[in-house]
Amino acid sequence: MKTKPVAEPSTRTQQPIVTGTGVLGIKYNGGVMLACDTLGSYGSLARFRTVKRLEKVGDFTVVGASGDLSDFQKISSMLREMSTSDSAYDDGCNMTPRDIHQYLGRVMYNRRNKFDPLWNELVVAGFRDGKPFLGAVDLIGTMYEDDIIATSFGNYVCLPLMRKAGTNLSKEEAKQVMENCLRVLYYRNTKSSTKIQIATVSAEGVEIGEPFEISTYWGYSAFQHTEYHGKRL
Amino acid sequence: MSSIGTGYDLYTTSYSPDGRVFQVEYAGKAVESSGTAVGVRCKDGVVLGFEKLVISKMLVEGSSRRLLTVDDHVGMAVSGLLADGRQLVNRARDEAASYKEFYGEPIPGKVLAERVAGFVHAYTMYWSVRPFGASVLIGGVDKDGPFLWMIEPSGLTYNYFGCAIGKGKQPAKVEMEKIKLNETTCREVLKEVARIIHSVHDDVKDKDFELELSWICEESGWKHKMVPKELAQQAEEEAKKALEEDMDDE
Amino acid sequence: MPSYMPGPGVDVSDPALGTTIMAVEFDGGVVLGADSRTSSGSYVANRVSDKITYVSDKIYVCRSGSAADTQAVADMMRMYLGMHSLEIGKDPEVPTAANILNQVCYENKNYLMAGMICAGWDERNGGVVYSIPLGGGLFRESYTIGGSGSGYIYGYCDANFRKGMSKHEAQEFVKNAISLAIWRDGSSGGVIRTVTITKDGVEREMVLGDKLPHLAKGWCP
Repeated sequence: MKTKPVAEPSTRTQQPIVTGTGVLGIKYNGGVMLACDTLGSYGSLARFRTVKRLEKVGDFTVVGASGDLSDFQKISSMLREMSTSDSAYDDGCNMTPRDIHQYLGRVMYNRRNKFDPLWNELVVAGFRDGKPFLGAVDLIGTMYEDDIIATSFGNYVCLPLMRKAGTNLSKEEAKQVMENCLRVLYYRNTKSSTKIQIATVSAEGVEIGEPFEISTYWGYSAFQHTEYHGKRL
Repeated sequence: MSSIGTGYDLYTTSYSPDGRVFQVEYAGKAVESSGTAVGVRCKDGVVLGFEKLVISKMLVEGSSRRLLTVDDHVGMAVSGLLADGRQLVNRARDEAASYKEFYGEPIPGKVLAERVAGFVHAYTMYWSVRPFGASVLIGGVDKDGPFLWMIEPSGLTYNYFGCAIGKGKQPAKVEMEKIKLNETTCREVLKEVARIIHSVHDDVKDKDFELELSWICEESGWKHKMVPKELAQQAEEEAKKALEEDMDDE
Repeated sequence: MPSYMPGPGVDVSDPALGTTIMAVEFDGGVVLGADSRTSSGSYVANRVSDKITYVSDKIYVCRSGSAADTQAVADMMRMYLGMHSLEIGKDPEVPTAANILNQVCYENKNYLMAGMICAGWDERNGGVVYSIPLGGGLFRESYTIGGSGSGYIYGYCDANFRKGMSKHEAQEFVKNAISLAIWRDGSSGGVIRTVTITKDGVEREMVLGDKLPHLAKGWCP
């Protein structure tokens, strides 16, 4: 039996339990696109295979999340309540994507100041006044805007690919870039899957697609044989 | 007013010898001098209408709304003192939001009506507060379909097919009874509501009024929305025409 | 027992449900299943415990994690659902129950060790299964497994679960899966308890520890 000190320091800083990995966001001509897989990981266990991590807020914003999914469900319900009361006022003044981004920044920062952070990296995508909006917030309240955004593992694996593709893209081209990025993410991230979801926001509003499977490629000839100490066996 | 001067009407905390609470009845009087609210529950949704008496020619059109949204699926019509009624709307909004947070689904009409009624009733039981000088209609659509509830200043609540409150409630109810509500659609009933409100409005004694119309049905996406302007105007014109024809017949 | 207190020279700690629990939707209802072992460290504190707990007439929960925490959470749920059904004047629905459970587990995540499954039948939704894992979070699944023993049977369950099974098939699936988990998980054991909920009511079954289905045929008789 291990001996522990009688009183341990109390702590509220939790740890993420069921998690989602990278969310990708990219601006294209006439809109903005978010993409992520639908896996809810429990440690390294692929626990929940079809979890939706993209949430529509109001008529022209989508929020995507990586990190703890129970915290994201809580954030989603806060945003839903807020947009319900926003439309109940019926004053012709609705929250903009930038408002929602700012609000989430405050929420995350306030919670980190209570040493009880909401364990997420969030991406906010929206369309307003003819212009796309793309911003990110993390678990300590850091906020920024950019033309391309990736969270967690996507920063390493996908961001370079997205940067290379640029933002002068049609919607269809942007979709190809997102699919390819998530494919590469799947190759190199143990906590990702090939079931993905894509959302777009444009002047027409929000469109969140149903989850679908993406293909993977294993046909490289170099994969056919292995080498040991530089020798083919 | 047999209650005046008896001393039994000064507080809600004292009954009259024959068991009445006069302060609550006076609150009811505040409603009876207000513009008429009409609520109709038909087979595919709910329509609310209000005869908003315009206090000044300089008032901005659409201001001091009497038909308010509580939740996506619930609307409320306030008759009586608007400031009091808004307090009830705010309470209803809080109840709807907390219900949705805890149970994960929209609040049923019955639960909302009973909770708001409980709140209203609490204001009839302490000397330190004044009962609400407002009655409200709560209309919407929940899992079991369309609903319409009315709450009085006493804290009583009733479930209706059709209901009217305010100055013109009596003739409005008589008119409503003629409509076969569970065979009629919201679309069809719009002009009936407009007609009823126009017919109970006293052009001679009363000020001008603005007709407010809201609904919840498939056409509004099952959300409580003001009826689109063109539709409301169309309903109002048809209503006026129907009323003129009635006059000609007589 | 807190670790700083003196105790027997073996690994003994607070009673926890190192467990195998599961719930499965089938055509017309759900089957919930659980083993019956409650251990305090290495000591089996109870070999016939009941981890499938009533919360309303047609909704039950499976409990894993701390026995004390999950019992308290189930008690709260029973209270909230009782009040709720009085308020709406009807039986509560499964999604509502699951949402309440999530609310309790999520808002108190810093103080709880509770991994739960909520399943049942109602008029509007039919048989429904929800998983509420450790830190809270609400996840609907057509079948779900939980507890320490579940780690050993993901492969078996994924390979053998089908949508639209009959009641009997679902019951057999649950018994086979849990017996395999008991076979490999030291923290699961004892009997298998199942609860089957349909529109017609609730049936409880128990498979005794010496009558468990034996799928690992390569090993023992």
